[in-house]
Amino acid sequence: MNAVIEPDPETVLIDAVDRRIILATQGGLPRVAEPYRRIAEQLGLSADEVMARLRRMQQNDVIRRIGAVPNHYKLGFKGNGMSVWDVPDARVRELGHLIGALDFVSHCYHRPRHLPHWPYNLFAMVHGRDRAEVMTKVERISDLLGDAVRGHDVLFSTRILKKTGMRLPVD
Amino acid sequence: MSAHLQADEDLLDALDRRIVNRLQDGFPICERPFAAVAEELETDEVTLIARVDALLERGVLSRFGPMYHAERLGGGLTLAAMRVAPEDFERVAAQVNAFPEVAHNYERDHELNMWFVLATETPERIPAVIRAIEAATGYAVYDMPKREEFFVGLKFEV
Repeated sequence: MNAVIEPDPETVLIDAVDRRIILATQGGLPRVAEPYRRIAEQLGLSADEVMARLRRMQQNDVIRRIGAVPNHYKLGFKGNGMSVWDVPDARVRELGHLIGALDFVSHCYHRPRHLPHWPYNLFAMVHGRDRAEVMTKVERISDLLGDAVRGHDVLFSTRILKKTGMRLPVD
Repeated sequence: MSAHLQADEDLLDALDRRIVNRLQDGFPICERPFAAVAEELETDEVTLIARVDALLERGVLSRFGPMYHAERLGGGLTLAAMRVAPEDFERVAAQVNAFPEVAHNYERDHELNMWFVLATETPERIPAVIRAIEAATGYAVYDMPKREEFFVGLKFEV
């Protein structure tokens, strides 16, 4: 799952038909026995073509995966902390992969600092049953990173101000 | 809220749990994908479809389908934060949320207390939207675009 994202991907990997498939499926797959045929019928395509294009988009990593995303709050993961770390830039990739491999981290990214207010350059979302469990796991990251850590913090969300399904740019 | 959420978790029976775990591993691309997964889970197609519908309805699953990779489609995406005075917080939240490019917005317990994701049609639109938010709110926006991704995706076992 570890993937290096090029900062400026130049390759356009999808065509107009792919875009129509994306528009038809970004809200989810129909729950019917033949979901790909249902989408194909909506778009005036064959089921085989829809499946072939979805397979290709999956191979090209345009589709990360097809499947379910659980609401982790409802599964009992009520502690969700954004842990942020100030580590040397020269080691951020090595340490990012180390953190990303942990079984309680859902996202791990290198992001820019904003000195002096924001010294952190490595972000890792940490999940646990409650805040205490998250803090214990953050300590494990701290131990793992050792001397490389110049500072860290954990930000818990206190309120969701807006949450809309992200719609992708396909027009 | 906690008790309610705990109750939801308890309402998952053994088959629900196997479904939630299995569907995070992926869903096949074939004529009858529900039938294929149902066989693995030792249930049947009709039952699996009904269960997935119910799990979505109850909000246990927030999405079911292809997860597209925004950057691979040419869109702009960034994480941004603001340091907003408490007395201005509600006003600024309303102003920020009014931008259609703001996909998620969270209040967090830090000096930087508002964190939101911006999604735009093209990467070039991100700076323009940030300037517009700064102009509308009177507050600086800290842009924190992803420079490199080390991991995305965690399976939540139940």
